[in-house]
Amino acid sequence: MTALEVTDLQHRYGERESLRGLSFSVAAGDLFALLGPNGGGKTTLFKIISTLMAPTSGAVEVFGIDVARQPAEARRRLGVVFQSAAVDPWLTVLENLRHHGYLYGLSGAPLGRGIERALERFGLTPRAGDRVGTLSGGLRRRVELAKVLLPEPPLLVLDEPSSGLDPTARRELLQELRRLCEDAGTTIVLTTHLIEEAAVADRVGILHEGQLVAIGAPGDLVANVPAGQPTLNDVFTHHTGTGLSS
Amino acid sequence: MILATYSLWLRDVLRFLRQPSRVIGALLTPVIFWFVIGSGLGSSFQTATGETGFLRYYFPGSLALIVLFTALFSTISIIEDRQEGFLQGVLASPAPRAAIVLGKALGGTTLAVINGLVFMLLLPFSGLSPGVGEVGAAMACVALLGLALSGLGIMIAWPMRSAQGFHGIMNAVLVPMWLLSGALFPASGASGWVQTLMRLNPLTPAVDILRALLTGAPAGNVATAAGTLAVFALITLSISTLLVSRPSQ
Repeated sequence: MTALEVTDLQHRYGERESLRGLSFSVAAGDLFALLGPNGGGKTTLFKIISTLMAPTSGAVEVFGIDVARQPAEARRRLGVVFQSAAVDPWLTVLENLRHHGYLYGLSGAPLGRGIERALERFGLTPRAGDRVGTLSGGLRRRVELAKVLLPEPPLLVLDEPSSGLDPTARRELLQELRRLCEDAGTTIVLTTHLIEEAAVADRVGILHEGQLVAIGAPGDLVANVPAGQPTLNDVFTHHTGTGLSS
Repeated sequence: MILATYSLWLRDVLRFLRQPSRVIGALLTPVIFWFVIGSGLGSSFQTATGETGFLRYYFPGSLALIVLFTALFSTISIIEDRQEGFLQGVLASPAPRAAIVLGKALGGTTLAVINGLVFMLLLPFSGLSPGVGEVGAAMACVALLGLALSGLGIMIAWPMRSAQGFHGIMNAVLVPMWLLSGALFPASGASGWVQTLMRLNPLTPAVDILRALLTGAPAGNVATAAGTLAVFALITLSISTLLVSRPSQ
């Protein structure tokens, strides 16, 4: 089953083409990483998938639902994690989760049970009554994930999810995403400019100047590069002629 | 729809109550606006209004000003929410766009009603003695005005990317709107073109209703004025919903 289908997707900001005929698909249950430098079109693609931006042409389907034609239906199947945590610092962890549940039409006992599970899963139960503004960046990220996963979306899209996290928090986050895929069968699509983040994915798409220049399992991508012991960074350089840091 | 609206409304109220500076500002503003401005300008305007107590005349106008300030400025949080990323989370949810607008507008309305109620505590010192029914009806008018102005605020805040820009536009809208509403001076003594602007001003019917209810001053058709206000609310909320429904390009 295909969770995400992107077909000949184009987007223009005035004269500048940010996405140039992008096509790929992600199978249900996969962890897919879109790797590319800042300005490569990752965030534009992320915004189009999450229904916040209209494409110039082409289509994006989430479990067969066109995000431009039926955005409300698509949103029910999507969990969206933004670069900056979309949580309210003035509300407590519990209030943020409840607020999110209401937005998805959850209430009563199902919402209560969902919140309890989410708090436990992310180790947030002792902090449930704390205002989010008093939490560290790593904890806020966990609140964000707990919140987004509350309605149990089958497709989770994340834009640079470990942005602003220290190495330990980043490692924990990636482990949690891997667990989500394996235990809950959640499809995950994340954008990143970090090699170590892309390396945990089942498949990686390399996005360069609005075009997908390579796609495949990290092992396959590395194997296709003629070098001694290539890394994903070498794969990126091989396909784009430039390093990720440039 | 109802849950999403309730949730966004509740969030606005909780945020207000948890920020002491906003609560203090809400409590002090009415007193300062009415008493200081009213007392200071009272003698200057006495002849123009033809009333013996300017503080009495000015009371409904102050109430309208408080609602205007509170409702319009409550929508600045849209810009903050966009900058902090919270708004994107709401927009990516399946919550109906009308619920997002209504929740936000009801949040602004509630804050305006709270400020209005605080101001009403000054009634015994104003020389006015409306009945309980009149006060209740005045608060209903405050709520309707708050809803309309919150809708207007959302219309203005939605396309804005900076709080500074919002303040600039707000000042350009807010001050003329209030001055030309009959809050400070009656339309009767004004020049022809000012009278025309005052008739077109959607705040004018609200001030007329409040003045009729609180001071017992003769007013035109209160039902028509309330209808005009309701139409104004419907227009601002509808336009806001259209704006919020459009994905960015």
